[in-house]
Amino acid sequence: MPAIEVILGGVILGGLYALVAIGFNLQFGMARIVNLAYGEFLMGAAFAAFWMFTLFRINPIAGMLFTVPVTFGANWLTYRVLMLPLVRRARTRDDLEGRTILATFGLLFVLRGAATLAFSADNRFYDYLGQPLSIFGFTFAANRVLAFAMACLFAAVCLIILNRTRFGAALRALSIDPIGAELVGIDVRGLCGLAFAGGGALVAAAGTLVSTFLTFNPAIGIDFTMKALVVVIMGGVGNMAGSLLAGILLGVAEALCSYYVDSGLTLAVAYALFLIVLVVRPRGLFGTP
Amino acid sequence: MSSLLGRTVSAAALAAFATFAAWSAFAADAPKSIRIGYAISLSGVNAQGAATTTLPGYELWVHDVNEAGGIYVKEFDKKLPLEVVAKYDDTSSAETMLRLEEKLMTEDKVDFVLAPWSTGFNLAAAPIFAKYGYPDLAVTANANDEEQLVKQFPTLFFFLNQPAHFGGALIEILNKYKSAGQLNNKVVLLSVGDQFGAEFAAGFGAGLKATGYDIVLQKSYPLGAADLTNEIKEAKGSGADTFIAGSYPPDTFMLTGTAITQSYNPKVFYTAVGTAFAEYGANFKDKVQGVLGIGGWDPSVPGAMDFYKRQAAVTGHAPDGWASPVTYASLQILQQAIEKAGTLDRKKVLDTIVNDGPWTTVVGPIDLKTHIREHQIGAGQWQGGQFVGVSPSDFPGVKPVIFPKPAW
Repeated sequence: MPAIEVILGGVILGGLYALVAIGFNLQFGMARIVNLAYGEFLMGAAFAAFWMFTLFRINPIAGMLFTVPVTFGANWLTYRVLMLPLVRRARTRDDLEGRTILATFGLLFVLRGAATLAFSADNRFYDYLGQPLSIFGFTFAANRVLAFAMACLFAAVCLIILNRTRFGAALRALSIDPIGAELVGIDVRGLCGLAFAGGGALVAAAGTLVSTFLTFNPAIGIDFTMKALVVVIMGGVGNMAGSLLAGILLGVAEALCSYYVDSGLTLAVAYALFLIVLVVRPRGLFGTP
Repeated sequence: MSSLLGRTVSAAALAAFATFAAWSAFAADAPKSIRIGYAISLSGVNAQGAATTTLPGYELWVHDVNEAGGIYVKEFDKKLPLEVVAKYDDTSSAETMLRLEEKLMTEDKVDFVLAPWSTGFNLAAAPIFAKYGYPDLAVTANANDEEQLVKQFPTLFFFLNQPAHFGGALIEILNKYKSAGQLNNKVVLLSVGDQFGAEFAAGFGAGLKATGYDIVLQKSYPLGAADLTNEIKEAKGSGADTFIAGSYPPDTFMLTGTAITQSYNPKVFYTAVGTAFAEYGANFKDKVQGVLGIGGWDPSVPGAMDFYKRQAAVTGHAPDGWASPVTYASLQILQQAIEKAGTLDRKKVLDTIVNDGPWTTVVGPIDLKTHIREHQIGAGQWQGGQFVGVSPSDFPGVKPVIFPKPAW
């Protein structure tokens, strides 16, 4: 198997990591909330896609028209009801991070427990676009390629909004200096709510895409939260392009390791990469030192 | 007068006390129920396996026994119903499971503890069962050193073949087609990175090498891997006619799905735990025709089909075609042993299990003299929408193998 094929496979997997990470980065980098229950929304969207597909034969991609807005709304409500009181009370940014970590940690268990109760702990799997697709003569599963394409699309839309619109400029200001942003008349809390909800919408998209090719159960959320955290720190908090590149880098590193070294060591490689970045470039690969 | 009164009162009090003491002693002797408990993975990575193979069997057994009025225990001369005192979630964490097993035995003081799910968990729990003298009917466990382990832990029983025997059942099939010149001697051997996978790869690998097969690709992958495309592509490029994976349910599904996508059609495609699940057939539909897997069962054993239908009806979970019926069978043995021993004394029940077999069960007669169920079906195959036993060929009730596996 040529190296280029291995790398291509890694890029396809990494695109999905990137999408998951960009949503997390919107919540962490812009709204300043480390949402440990982030992956649970991914799990929720995966289950929604599963039920819509198996019960009503609704195409998962079309189903996103429903799940993405609903998750956007659910995350906005989570911010307004659960997070805002903490935001009001927090005196410093560190203070806020600590409290939201605890609150979302609790939320994680509530959501996971509710899902286990409602859906049972069974692994779920359905067959959507499992057909082979040839790229440069190499064969990949169509659903994985679709997930990569959608991830790129969502990431691109996100980057364009952030870099080309007034709204995006306000969000970036928020990420760099929340107090300064407030001083120049930006509605910080309103924008934070939207950034948080936007992150939720992205994770719903990711959950739908993941469900097309991965076996999942109510407990998968935390794995994705951890991956997202690693990618965001590697790419730089608040840096969306950084998350995109770091996600793809992680996917490629895992693929290379599984092919040339041992599949059992992919997790170790992910965390080794993470440690190296933390030591050498603590503000992320693409963060300003 | 007063002393007479005093004596009468104290005599009456003494008599009353004696009666009460006798009555309470009698009450303590005849319990209301047989108290059972278990710790099992209701959440986490092991939950599907436990929910498919083990839990419905436990629930069905309790339902069946209590519907019949309980188990007759001679020592109390009455039928005692089963009471599930505690059903704990070990959250797929071995440490939690160990703590809960100990709690069941020392705090809840149940009469019998039913085993947890998975090889790793059962091997980890065996010392605790042995320490407190609880019969350990470890159905979902196998190891290459079973003989050694049952000596070390005298309460432990194994019900599924050792990996070497499963390997033997598959190798018998491979040999048949290899000697006919229809199969090359190259083999791909993948395994999941946990205790089951390690035991599996060691057992199968040794057997394959000893019979002259060339393992051209041997790899392990982590439990919960997000992508196994590279593994399937490597297998496809290896030129091997035989694909063997010591897999657990999530990766059994992923390996099969990926093999279909990659049009990987080896002549022999074998996956382990999960292959026998009803969901496996439901997911991949007619594509599963000819897929080989670990275990297998014989629906023609008396009571087997009845068990199959009742478990689906009572618990809502259709049994798998391998360890589910064995789980129920292990409890049938416990039930018969309690009846035969006529007591809830665990030591006596344990001795009865060992010495008074063979026991009649839904998977046929089982003898546990050596603490290990010896002769059994080792490999099964999807044939016409059902997972049936195909090897060893001298086992009664096995079906002929479909070879080669039809293209997906």
